[in-house]
Amino acid sequence: MSKMKPKSEVVLEKDENEIANRQTAGLSQRQIVIKRFISHKAAMASLFTLIGIVVTVFTATGIRVGFGSFGFTIPGWWQFSITDIDPYGAVAATCNGGVTGCPTLDLAPSFLDGDGVQIGDHPFGTDIIGTDYFALVARGAQQSLMVMVIVSFLGIVIGTIVGAIAGFFGGIVDAILMRLTDMFLVTPVIVIGAVIGFRFGNLGVIPLALMLGFFAWMGLARFVRTEFLTLREREFVDAARVAGASNRRIIFKHILPNAMGIIIVVGTLLMSSAILIETSLSYLGFGVRPPDVSLGLLISEYQGTFSISPWLFWWPGALIVAIALCVNFIGDGLRDAFDPRQRRHISAKDRKRAKEMKGMQS
Amino acid sequence: MLQYVFRRLGMMFVVVFGASFLAYNLQAYSSNPLSVFTESTEQNKNFLIAKMIRDLQLDVPPPIRYFSWLRGIVGGLWGDFDMGLSRNDIPVIELLGQAIPVTVKLVITATFLAIILGISVGMITAIRQYSRFDYVMTFISFLLYSLPIFWVAVLLKEFMAIQFNDFLADPKIPPITIAIFSLTIGFIFAGFAGGTRAQFFAIVAGGAIFSAAILTFMSGSNWFLEPALGIFGISFLALSNAAIVIQLISGLDSKKGRQAGFGTAVAIAALYYPLQSLMTEDASFLNVLAIFAVTISVGIAIGYSISKIDRRVYIRIGLFTALISTFPIILDRFMKEFPNYMNSDAINNRPVPTLGQNNDMLTPEQLENFWISGLDTAIHLVLPTIALTLISFAGYVRFSRGSLLEVLNMDYIRTARAKGLTERTVIVRHGMRNAMLPLTTILVNDFAGLLGGAIITEGVFAWKGMGQLFNDALRGYDMNLFMGVFILSATLTVLANLVADLLYGVVDPRIRIRK
Repeated sequence: MSKMKPKSEVVLEKDENEIANRQTAGLSQRQIVIKRFISHKAAMASLFTLIGIVVTVFTATGIRVGFGSFGFTIPGWWQFSITDIDPYGAVAATCNGGVTGCPTLDLAPSFLDGDGVQIGDHPFGTDIIGTDYFALVARGAQQSLMVMVIVSFLGIVIGTIVGAIAGFFGGIVDAILMRLTDMFLVTPVIVIGAVIGFRFGNLGVIPLALMLGFFAWMGLARFVRTEFLTLREREFVDAARVAGASNRRIIFKHILPNAMGIIIVVGTLLMSSAILIETSLSYLGFGVRPPDVSLGLLISEYQGTFSISPWLFWWPGALIVAIALCVNFIGDGLRDAFDPRQRRHISAKDRKRAKEMKGMQS
Repeated sequence: MLQYVFRRLGMMFVVVFGASFLAYNLQAYSSNPLSVFTESTEQNKNFLIAKMIRDLQLDVPPPIRYFSWLRGIVGGLWGDFDMGLSRNDIPVIELLGQAIPVTVKLVITATFLAIILGISVGMITAIRQYSRFDYVMTFISFLLYSLPIFWVAVLLKEFMAIQFNDFLADPKIPPITIAIFSLTIGFIFAGFAGGTRAQFFAIVAGGAIFSAAILTFMSGSNWFLEPALGIFGISFLALSNAAIVIQLISGLDSKKGRQAGFGTAVAIAALYYPLQSLMTEDASFLNVLAIFAVTISVGIAIGYSISKIDRRVYIRIGLFTALISTFPIILDRFMKEFPNYMNSDAINNRPVPTLGQNNDMLTPEQLENFWISGLDTAIHLVLPTIALTLISFAGYVRFSRGSLLEVLNMDYIRTARAKGLTERTVIVRHGMRNAMLPLTTILVNDFAGLLGGAIITEGVFAWKGMGQLFNDALRGYDMNLFMGVFILSATLTVLANLVADLLYGVVDPRIRIRK
């Protein structure tokens, strides 16, 4: 380990600041954030993967619009739905010495195993009675994604309102709202979720998500409150007040845009925990119930047959991990983009280019 | 100070009261115990319904029923504490008393492991920010963060239990596995160490060859059936552990530090044979404590005798080296019991279980033997501990990395460097210590949260702890049991918050609690 910071590194630090400043010169706050997010490779890759997953699962098996018998279904492009049973296809895809319904997806090219790349009738295999597993997994992912969006939307809206009011007005309002937040916060989320899911799980996924959303705002409210507490002491707020702005205007036009960073970042984290909570609840039997499907439910249903037909277990799990991982990486990219203190890593290429530009100027 | 604590305690009562009121009504309105009768065809159905309504006071609206429950809790103020009976007429407090030790046993190892591993990996990634190691660990921690624990648990059961038990029938590791595994270990070592590219690959090669040699030895000598660390393993572990302790406390370039640390390590290794006399068949937990007392006093004595100047530093080195190096000796003794455990009827050569908290088929003599019953508990803990550690590890990595990075950007770090302190002192004394401050809050809260939070893990591995109790309460419409579990975890959470705030004031002199 070096005893002192080498001199070259100190010089580099100065260079880095210069490079960083040049990169953001003449841009608005929003443009800087977007630019920084786009340059975060992992976050951008995750964003495209997530969009790909969402588009695929929502268009594959069709979407049901409306409730109960008043709804209609927009058909999807996939040939099977979760109610279609294809026993002949399942038997046709027999493998491992007599196990039916193996996945027909084959990504290994022909010089490796002789079959060549193919998708086949049932790329993810079928379950025991011959239901197409791709349709089941797509439907399950739809449910989980829906819960994720509704829960985090409600959580963000309620959390922001509570946090903003508590932080802005302070005093007795703050004390009451924060004790209320504590009351919700002392209960483990999974406990609240289980109680709600036990009652509302059988009504379908949307009521469940709505109820869960009402209990997901506490963490965000605390963050927003802290942010508001510091922001309301800033000069621009005083300036707005002197200019005669109303409280509502100050909150929405002056403080909230500045607190947007923390709201978006914590909101993303809320999304990834929402999908894990929904799948855990469904796994425990407190969430989505059969005959409807959810990723957690599929895992809990097929965990026992792991040694015979492992794909029934792999696919839903892989999809949960993929979605949660993408959301987490997007959240990380957003945090880097919104945090002005965070100095981005400056690659050797950037440094070289900056030096060249410097050479041209002088 | 006292006034602050009392004000906070008062607030705490309000919060717990509100939360329990909320939970009671939520649970009461969302469950309908009478639903078990909807499809009943029994002749005395109406009588049974009436009986249940009377027993559970279903004719009283929940908000009012809550206060009759609360009376029992508040009764604790004048020594009349009553949490009520469960639906099976067992006092709730008794059920909680049985469940708490189980949950504590389940979560405590995992939490400590996750904290130690997570914080060390997180801090190393912060020191080597933007290195390969940082990128790889960041990816791994995100991946672990996104894993549903029930999914991990099923995978662990399949690969760590069923397939490992199969492997034990003929414990020969195929060469290709050895190659992959040792290369991975080499890369992990090299990532920790850092350095130039040439150094990096030298460490990869060295680490890989070293671990390949160990694995080949394990595979060839039936190590998995008759595991032991032996005097060589103990000496190696003690010396490497001493090196880490010295580097953290005084730096490896301090001669007296080396004397204290390595001296203690050698002494512990020399104590290996004499200590065996304390670890007989009829040993108990007291013997283990006695061993620790012996080794720790040896460590302190060596540290004390090294130097009069800075004596506390060398005593600390001796103490920590001795403390940590004693664990391998105890572990070695447990390992020696493994063949007996493995061949007993209860185990039948398939040691790693997928369910339960202990083996019911052990004979009374085996249960009395401290080493065999300890081994049984330990083996039952393996899978849930790995699952819990994997999941919570990621959070600590992210948090400690961010915390240390923030601290390393501070002005006082620049001052420390400018006045010529060694990089080790800057990072360990000025950096890590300050980075640990915000971690205290998280640690305290996590310990409290764990009691109520292992619901899924307990379910998957069939442990009968708090989570299982909660699950039973929810499915069995057991109001008193539900509230018992709830009030305990809620109180612990609020208390932990208070403790964390007070502790923060103690460890961080910049923060003074308002009078």
